[in-house]
Amino acid sequence: MKRFLPVYAAAAYLFLYLPLVVLGVFSFNSSKVAMWHGFSWQWYAGVFHNTGLLEAARNSLIVAVTATAVSTVIGTLAGYALWNKRAPVLTNSLCLSLLTPEIVTGVSLLAFFEWIFRFLHMQLGLHTVILAHISFCLAYVVIVILARLRTFDPSLEEAALDLGANEWQTFRRVTVPMLLPGILAAALLCFTVSFDDYVITSLVAGVNSETLPMVIYAMARKGVSPEVNALSVMVTVGLGVFILIAGRLEQAQAAREQRS
Amino acid sequence: MSGGGPPTSFAFQKTHNAMKRLRLLFLSPATAVMALLFFAPLAIVFAYSLLTRGPYGGVMRPWTMESYGRVFDPLYGEILWRSVWVAAVSTLLCLMLGFPLALYIARSAGRKTLLLNAVMLPFWTSFLIRTYAWMFLLRDTGLINTALERLHLIRAPLPLLFNTGAVTLGLVYGYLPFMVLPLYATLEKLDPALLDAAEDLGASPWIALWRVAVPLSKPGMIAGCLLVFIPCLGAYLTPDLMGGGKTVMVGNLIQNQFTTARDWPFGAAASLLLMAIVLIVTRSLGRKGEELI
Repeated sequence: MKRFLPVYAAAAYLFLYLPLVVLGVFSFNSSKVAMWHGFSWQWYAGVFHNTGLLEAARNSLIVAVTATAVSTVIGTLAGYALWNKRAPVLTNSLCLSLLTPEIVTGVSLLAFFEWIFRFLHMQLGLHTVILAHISFCLAYVVIVILARLRTFDPSLEEAALDLGANEWQTFRRVTVPMLLPGILAAALLCFTVSFDDYVITSLVAGVNSETLPMVIYAMARKGVSPEVNALSVMVTVGLGVFILIAGRLEQAQAAREQRS
Repeated sequence: MSGGGPPTSFAFQKTHNAMKRLRLLFLSPATAVMALLFFAPLAIVFAYSLLTRGPYGGVMRPWTMESYGRVFDPLYGEILWRSVWVAAVSTLLCLMLGFPLALYIARSAGRKTLLLNAVMLPFWTSFLIRTYAWMFLLRDTGLINTALERLHLIRAPLPLLFNTGAVTLGLVYGYLPFMVLPLYATLEKLDPALLDAAEDLGASPWIALWRVAVPLSKPGMIAGCLLVFIPCLGAYLTPDLMGGGKTVMVGNLIQNQFTTARDWPFGAAASLLLMAIVLIVTRSLGRKGEELI
């Protein structure tokens, strides 16, 4: 068994990574056929000349940034409040929202928006996508914040209050700085989940609010185009760099905290 | 800290009350979001599931249970059954593939974090892109078929994509990290001395694994199976892209009713049925939702 496990693990990692590596390699292929012909940047150039794609990328960023900002703030407050105050209704509904299949979340939000818009004379668009993303990101934030609070020492808050700070000052100057690594981790999770979402987004998006996953989906369905490969590589590398930077920030924050 | 009585009781009480007020305030935005963007939509779906389909695709009265009856129609029952079957097979495959990997990571001293992160990394990349990567390999004009044709091993492309096998592969590939993570968590805590003891007492390494490590990692297995089975059961993207409309699962059925078919009452009934199955499975596996948080 000592020989079996390393061999097996190597095969498992190959299974996890090979498809992505092959996808990346063929984004540099000079031919449209899935056989290697020679090196070329042409598909990357194609992505940058595709205005629809750039528009979708912009939409995706707007949605992910807004939804992340709102749900991180609301979720952090809620996570802190749930820390040692029982609120079974909110806790259970957050759990339920995590368990709800994406497609059900999507169609129920679609039905809800269409129903409300009958009275408001509005239409589906980027705003409905943002609202939907806030709704499904919230539970992720609360989980990350609650996990972080497990190692939080409440006597620090007591000390601040004893020394004359009021509740808000205590929260703002003591609790939030201590929670910052957790808040960053939550925001990072929200951003990636929101940026990647296709199922819910495609249901609640309006005519002029295509996001990047919707474009990738449409291209993937149409057929093999190395342009999708190039786009995939750029999204993966972009997200990777973003995660790396955010991870470093989080570590630096945690280190600073340990020193003080 | 001298003197009688709890020395910090006054300060503690003050802190407690002050922070309590703040917490109540902090709960309200999240409660509002959940009420408006989660429960209200679910309530609408529930109401729609009891209405009748309108002539132009909307909903109208009379109130009826007819949509729920149609979910169990043989035609749709087959879709439901297929969803449960595909999700169960994918979960089992994830368990079989994930267990040795989690065991290897749990036993590799010093490199655990690196190896675990390497499993989780694909999870951070887009699910859609990971699905597309397999389409790129398996299509009729994909890499595998093109290569085999060039090598004159086949004359016509093999039907690798757009079948139930491809959907299962896509689901296993997509959700394997969810299985490895909880398995690793339990296997990491497992004392290696237990396995050594079993071997000292005459068990072969494989028997020791099967009779000692496997039973002791049951909590991780249950958690992993739940984390894989639930998203697989409600999967939409994988059966849509890798099944190509041939392996229709309940997620596709729901999407279709709300878009192309425009039978909202039926789609709503199917949505609620899917949620009911998810909740029953979660509860019966002995993990209340609250433990997940």
